[in-house]
Amino acid sequence: MSFEVPSELEAELDELTTHYPHKRSASLMFLHALQEHFGFISSEAEEWTASKLGLQPINVHELVTFYPMFRQEPLGRHQIKVCRTLSCALAGAKVVRDAFCHKVGLDLHKHGPQTTPDGLYTVEFVECLASCGTGPVVMVNEAFHEHVTVEKAEQILAGCRGN
Amino acid sequence: MPQEHRLILRHTDAPGYAPDIECYQRHGGYEALRKALASSPKELPDGKKISPQEQLREDVKLSGLRGRGGAGFSCGIKWSLVDRRSGKPIYLICNADESEPGTFKDRQILYKDPHQLIEGMILSCWANDVRLAYIYIRGEFPAGAKILNGALKEARAKGFLGKNILGTGYDLEIYVHRGAGAYICGEETGLIESLEGKRAYPRIKPPYFPAVLGLYMCPTIVNNVETLCAVKHIVTMGGAEFARLGTPNNTGTRIVSLSGDVKRPGYYEVEVGKASVGELIFHENFGQGLREGRQLKAVIPGGSSSKVLKAGEKFKMKRKSAEGQMVTVDVDLLDLPYDFDSLQAAGTMSGSGAIIVLDDTRSMVDALGNVSEFYAHESCGQCTPCREGSLWMSKALDRLSHGQGRKADADYLLHIAQNIQGRTICAFGEACAWPVLSFVRKFKDEFEARGAEQEARRASAGTTEGTSTH
Ligand SMILES: Cc1cc2nc3c(=O)[nH]c(=O)nc-3n(C[C@H](O)[C@H](O)[C@H](O)COP(=O)(O)O)c2cc1C
Ligand code: SF4
Ligand code: FES
Repeated sequence: MSFEVPSELEAELDELTTHYPHKRSASLMFLHALQEHFGFISSEAEEWTASKLGLQPINVHELVTFYPMFRQEPLGRHQIKVCRTLSCALAGAKVVRDAFCHKVGLDLHKHGPQTTPDGLYTVEFVECLASCGTGPVVMVNEAFHEHVTVEKAEQILAGCRGN
Repeated sequence: MPQEHRLILRHTDAPGYAPDIECYQRHGGYEALRKALASSPKELPDGKKISPQEQLREDVKLSGLRGRGGAGFSCGIKWSLVDRRSGKPIYLICNADESEPGTFKDRQILYKDPHQLIEGMILSCWANDVRLAYIYIRGEFPAGAKILNGALKEARAKGFLGKNILGTGYDLEIYVHRGAGAYICGEETGLIESLEGKRAYPRIKPPYFPAVLGLYMCPTIVNNVETLCAVKHIVTMGGAEFARLGTPNNTGTRIVSLSGDVKRPGYYEVEVGKASVGELIFHENFGQGLREGRQLKAVIPGGSSSKVLKAGEKFKMKRKSAEGQMVTVDVDLLDLPYDFDSLQAAGTMSGSGAIIVLDDTRSMVDALGNVSEFYAHESCGQCTPCREGSLWMSKALDRLSHGQGRKADADYLLHIAQNIQGRTICAFGEACAWPVLSFVRKFKDEFEARGAEQEARRASAGTTEGTSTH
């Protein structure tokens, strides 16, 4: 697979670098944009970012390994993040996460992100999503869901199947 | 009767209120900015002139505003510590990382009323000679980042931002910078490193106080979203009037995030100190009490890193008697005014203003296990006591949650926590040690009983598995 950044995206990223007195500052914003476009951060994406920002690839790689939101391999098309932190746990987050795993056929007892073999779903526990009063809360890609129950989890999955 | 006093959230939840600039302006938005930018230098009796910017800084001092991000440090003093003589540019960063578990107040502002934050930021930047500022927003708020970018564009188009703001010759740019899921980016020096495009490793203070050596080693102000919004209201109403809200040394309003075992979790804006912890949990205007048949067991009063309070706990407080003398009285947890100073006097803190309630069906062992797992996951790893200690504590609690604990684990946990606090680069060390110290000390019987029971069960099953120390 060849790595090619569309010129529009590149122009967008070039504009971003003007927001900072030092180009290096744009690294996280670059990685967000590249991950959004390619689905994950490949080593080519790291190298490309490094050369655009005048850095060594290691300077970019160390970000990808530090910040939990960046992924080094492709994840499912629908990324389901269930908050596991205290307020959501008290509201029943475990049951919700298990329901998601169960319904898409993932192992309830495994830790960390898991992706279904067909590449459709990734389910994982994440830390507090700053909506602790409406737990359990779940993010599916960029969409945010509150008060998620087992029934609601089913509806969310039905919505995913639709697109 | 204790009730909400909505200043910052005055409009946010009103039907039809939208985050666009027209709506904001229909509700008086950007009038504070016009007012401040139109003010003229003031001449003091001794003939000395003070600039309108300095007047605003003085007004913020007078207002008594304390930071809403966690530490409760005086905003006016923070601004006065900025090194204005270095000749370097001064930066301002809005901390919109909102990452302390239990906290969900900044989200309300960012998503529903972004212009209020932007106006507060422009005013704060103007008052501090800042020409370039950033909003550091947590990565998990992708929609929030889009809303802010849209709002900044609108503000630029209307001449509130960019070059020559409102014809005054003042230039300012504000950009949105997204984090990527690391809690430690909420700590201000970690945040600065992250904004520089590095791992969010907090810097050691001294010498790296942001006011002197912050972003790009230049003087930098880091303020929380809610703090910056308050600045707008200080301009509108005047610092003295703002200081009349709330209680002495705990002025203004504050948005409390209430979650956990209450009937009506939510965010409630109150005058600081005008509602007690008990009122926030039980009063019909707020949490409306616990579910049927449940009793209060514990309260985490200021985000998950604050020390837990136990139901029935009493605190010695100084109060003015009817005769006007200072006397020491016993105050019940529920009667503590929810303000910075009372919570501190009770040995904990109001932190980010997030209250998490635990009822009597909850296990303190499991609750602490959940919190400790968070900290073990989020330690940046620079300091050995924090990196290793947070992991050991989480592992010991995990053992206790899964039948492999020991009675001695309670003391083991205390021992580790004691060896973290005060021995680390940043306050995350305390943030991970305090929950452990307070949970285990205040509920020691529960921890020991859990461990002892598990030991006994293993002994009767004839196995010694899981009894090793680590
Ligand atoms: C581990 C840690 C996490 C923090 N997280 C946040 C946060 O998410 N949001 C925030 O505003 N402040 C957070 N703070 C406090 C900031 O370091 C800083 O004090 C604050 O942003 C200053 O703003 P203020 O004076 O307006 O409160 C955190 C501090 C620590 C030690
Ligand atoms: S105390 Fe923990 S989070 Fe803070 S710098 Fe040290 S290792 Fe990192
Ligand atoms: S604990 Fe789940 S959103 Fe905060």
